[in-house]
Amino acid sequence: MAKSIDVSDLDIYYGDFLAVQGVNMTIKARSVTAFIGPSGCGKSTVLRSLNRMHEVIPGARVEGKIMVDGQSLYDPSIDPVAVRRQIGMVFQRPNPFPTMSIYDNVLAGNRLNAKRMKKAEQDSIVEKSLRGANLWNEVKDRLNKPGMGLSGGQQQRLCIARAIAVEPQVLLMDEPCSALDPISTSAIEDLIHELKSEFTIVIVTHNMQQAARVSDDTGFFNLKAAGQPGQLVEMNATKKMFSNPDNEATEAYISGRFG
Amino acid sequence: MSTTQAPPTQRASLPLSAPRLPSWGPALVAVVAFAASGLLAMLLGWGIVPFAALTAVLFVVALPVWSAVVEGRRGAVDRLTTSLVWTSFVLAVVPLVWLMWTVVSNGLPAINAQFLTFDMRNVIGDDQGGIYHAIIGTLLITLAAAVISVPIGIFCAIYLVEYGKGTRLARWITFLVDVMTGIPSIVAGLFALALFVLIFGPQIRLGFGGSVALSLLMIPVVVRSTEEMLRLVPDDLREASYALGVPKWRTITKVVLPTSLGGIITGVMLAVARVIGETAPLLVIAGRTDSVNFNLFSERMTTLPVYIYYSFTQPGTVPFDAPPGTEAPGIERAWGAALVLIVIVMALNLIARLLGRIFAVKKG
Repeated sequence: MAKSIDVSDLDIYYGDFLAVQGVNMTIKARSVTAFIGPSGCGKSTVLRSLNRMHEVIPGARVEGKIMVDGQSLYDPSIDPVAVRRQIGMVFQRPNPFPTMSIYDNVLAGNRLNAKRMKKAEQDSIVEKSLRGANLWNEVKDRLNKPGMGLSGGQQQRLCIARAIAVEPQVLLMDEPCSALDPISTSAIEDLIHELKSEFTIVIVTHNMQQAARVSDDTGFFNLKAAGQPGQLVEMNATKKMFSNPDNEATEAYISGRFG
Repeated sequence: MSTTQAPPTQRASLPLSAPRLPSWGPALVAVVAFAASGLLAMLLGWGIVPFAALTAVLFVVALPVWSAVVEGRRGAVDRLTTSLVWTSFVLAVVPLVWLMWTVVSNGLPAINAQFLTFDMRNVIGDDQGGIYHAIIGTLLITLAAAVISVPIGIFCAIYLVEYGKGTRLARWITFLVDVMTGIPSIVAGLFALALFVLIFGPQIRLGFGGSVALSLLMIPVVVRSTEEMLRLVPDDLREASYALGVPKWRTITKVVLPTSLGGIITGVMLAVARVIGETAPLLVIAGRTDSVNFNLFSERMTTLPVYIYYSFTQPGTVPFDAPPGTEAPGIERAWGAALVLIVIVMALNLIARLLGRIFAVKKG
């Protein structure tokens, strides 16, 4: 069920400002791909363009090709809403819906799309998704409490449960652990390992150890120069990236000699 | 004033403690100022207003001076600002309390079961009349105004925040809404009158026309408050919803509106409270009658403000056998109607707060 993604000659703009230029990459199905790089070099922008969330920002547009399962994502005939149903996203800050209970938050993707389901089916989706997000044991007795009442790490796992409840093909994660403590982070990393068997996962992270721990492939983004657009410097298997990268800039960044 | 505590004999190396006025200091100054100006007022035969003013001035001067001696400059400025803020607060509250007291004391004697359940048909002289027709008129006209303006206002705000952000059309709408806020209510009434005269001929008077005039005044308030509330909804939530493959219109109806519902309801109720007391437009287009009229679309309708206006300007005559000093019957009815109007507005405000609390986003 998981799909691979092919990106070719991707240019991403905010209005007239060219943010990212000339990205070519292949994201393998059923694997974890990490994007690393300094702040402001376009990692999140590339990630958001993969499920057409980029164009939610007024004036933002994309040139180039992103192919998923033989279909070009930016073809005029493609419905962005349908894309987002197949390619889910977890954000940097946990953002459960404040008006909904834990139970309703998990079902939000189905409920908001007015999908009719039997109660038993809903229950099973909630349990499966929350188990998938390693949250079931902590919240099973208070499913009707508001989602905002959970701790930050629990809220983030709730958001992951919400994203996997609609059974997407691909899961995009934009720095999912940056607001979390080490224990919650480790819970989410374990989760990423488990989810890998079913989903294609792309994760943006500032934490190099995290990229090394969870990912199969790593892409290093950097600005060409100050004031220039960001670019994909190198993309390789994570093992190679962290032991013997092809590019000098990659080695400098990974070993902390980045200036 | 040697009431301050003795300084600690052993000073810490860090100078963290400083002399302070005792906690009852401001109260003491207030009492002294009150007594001093009271004495002066009695000796010179002043009224209540100069007495109160002198008390305030004495307090505002004496407390900072005492504080400057004991606490130093920063403490004195703090005391001065605090006193000024409190004085302004009292100045702002005095008229409100005074008004409430006047309306309640004058209006309460007029209120009884018959006053609330009878109209003014065939009421002559000091017969007991009632304001039932005006209560019905007020509630119906305001309800119809809300029915017209709440959907328009909320949809307009949704366009401004969700769809038209930064476009030229949105900027024009915002500008026109601001202009609408400044329309004098009598102009709204004349507009409604002109509109209905154009359609139905010069003799037309109907309650619905009043609703149209009131909705002109209500729409900008609803747009503005709803717009503010929608802007408060974080973009994170919209993005979370989009990322689940939810279309934009469903995101708005199922995520954005429920999140801001409490605030929107409060804004709408405040807008209702604002127009329920309008007199001028209704005087022009809804007219005045002594009978109960439940039909918004035909014949004249009286509302409470219009009723108050007519009772006050045409109070009737004092009966020749009444004791001297008796007021004309219309005056007492006007006060009673004013009290009922205030109670209705206050009830609406309380309901708004209650609904706002019920629909507010719950945490934990």
